[in-house]
Amino acid sequence: MSADDLETLGKGNGHEPTPPPAATSRKGEVVIRLDKVSKGFGSGQKRIEPVKRLSLDVERGTTLVIIGPSGTGKSVTLRLMLGLLDPDEGEVYAFGQKLSAMSNQELGGMRRRMAMLFQGGALFDSMTVGENVAFPMRSMGERDEDKIMSIVSERLRQVGLPGTEDKMPSELSGGMKKRAALARSIATRPEVILYDEPTTGLDPIMSDAIADLILETHESLKDTDVTSIVVTHDMHVAEKVADRIIMLYGGSIVGDGPPELYRSLGQGSLPDNATEMDRMIRQFVRGEADGPIQTVA
Amino acid sequence: MLNFVTGLGKTVSDGLRGIGEIIILLLQCLRWLTKSLPSKAETVRQFYFIGVQSIPVVLITGAFTGAVLAYTSYNQFAPLGVESWTGAIVAKAQIWQLGPVLVGLMLAGRVGCAMTAELGTMNVTEQIDALDIMGTDPVYFLVLPRVLGLFFMTPVLTAFAMLIGVVAGLFMTVFIMGAEWHFQISQIKEWMIPYDYVQGLSKAFIFGLAVALICCRNGLKTAGGAEGVGKATTTANVACCIAILILNLIMSILLYYFQPVWDTIAYYIDSVLLAVSGWIRHMVGAGW
Repeated sequence: MSADDLETLGKGNGHEPTPPPAATSRKGEVVIRLDKVSKGFGSGQKRIEPVKRLSLDVERGTTLVIIGPSGTGKSVTLRLMLGLLDPDEGEVYAFGQKLSAMSNQELGGMRRRMAMLFQGGALFDSMTVGENVAFPMRSMGERDEDKIMSIVSERLRQVGLPGTEDKMPSELSGGMKKRAALARSIATRPEVILYDEPTTGLDPIMSDAIADLILETHESLKDTDVTSIVVTHDMHVAEKVADRIIMLYGGSIVGDGPPELYRSLGQGSLPDNATEMDRMIRQFVRGEADGPIQTVA
Repeated sequence: MLNFVTGLGKTVSDGLRGIGEIIILLLQCLRWLTKSLPSKAETVRQFYFIGVQSIPVVLITGAFTGAVLAYTSYNQFAPLGVESWTGAIVAKAQIWQLGPVLVGLMLAGRVGCAMTAELGTMNVTEQIDALDIMGTDPVYFLVLPRVLGLFFMTPVLTAFAMLIGVVAGLFMTVFIMGAEWHFQISQIKEWMIPYDYVQGLSKAFIFGLAVALICCRNGLKTAGGAEGVGKATTTANVACCIAILILNLIMSILLYYFQPVWDTIAYYIDSVLLAVSGWIRHMVGAGW
């Protein structure tokens, strides 16, 4: 894929350009709802079910962080929210509409109101960074090249990568790739941004920088009441960016509350009346191998 | 025994699922074609990669196959006194079977594997998901240009392979083995009919389509990191080779029975052309 491909992309990529609706302040509105959703993979003895009857409401304008040990369905949950995976049971709603009732075109339109930052960035490696950031705008039918290029420069500057438009993704470091991918994600000012393990593979300083970037992005898109959903197992990032943290274990929610709840459970000693779920949260927050959460060494 | 039956059942069901997915992919491509043509730049890039860059390998394959077939045939026919058949046999074999089959196999190896690996890598690095999320259908953006490229370039490359195979066969027969040039040519003219070319080229269209769909489907279904890409590429290549051989048999039989229909069509085309040329001559003669 090259820049020339992109020029033709908006003309007929099969999805009619569906610009996001003008944002009005609708704080508190549920933008994403999971209603008793289950999702499994494989069959017979090899079958695993990372998400089991999961119910969850995500409110507009908030930052929800999903934490939990590896293999507990965090990334699967994100993919269910985007309609990249179909649930085996239950329903997923986005902006009040059932995903299962949407046509492909409606699904395309819905996804244009959302953006996702993938674990590895998922930058198109045959395109330059600038072309990558321009891609969603062109695919939405934007034809004004001057406007596209000015937004590209602005977004790259916003994520701390000014002047990298002509670089190829292979010339960037891991952290820079994530920044460039974030620039692509926010290029069209989405209403919902999903971050899949944004700090995995990064050093602690870069992780903190990415956490700051998530906060800055949330702040810069406040006029659209942007909703952020962050999947991570980095507690530092979780506590820094979250309005609300849920912890998944065994495909279900075992903890749901503000960052303070997790902070308090992670510190000091547990009260006598602490529940099993409190112990799980404490074990995860403190990063201990011993506890109710089963680990495979 | 139970394991064997289970394994066999799984292989059959996987195979049927794969065929179903390939048919769905074909239908998706056709649906897109009715709506909009793919990106011009990407399509041209695919035509160049598939067509122009495959010419050397196709010419080498065609030339050596034609030459070795001529050498072998000549040595079999000479003791029987029918060495003048050599050129015609080479031409028939090259145009009916060897041209389309060998070009199909070469393209499955050179182009198909590259397609599976490219799409597979995009899949395991979540680039395909990213396309989906940005509202761009990967079938439209990635698969359609590749399918069109292979569908249209395979017959062109097959025609090159046929031509070079026949020329190399003649070169071997006449200049190395010492046969008479005009006997070879007259036998070729006598044996070859237009339907031979229809057979060979129509096979090439189908083989190109099969290679593109199998390889793109495998690429889009790739999972499991670098190992998964390797497995998908190998599986795609094996599936392409088997598909080409099976399709060749089926098409050979079908095209044999289609010949009377073709003859009828050709007769009417001839008649129309004759009538048109007569009318033009008449109009020119009348001073128009």
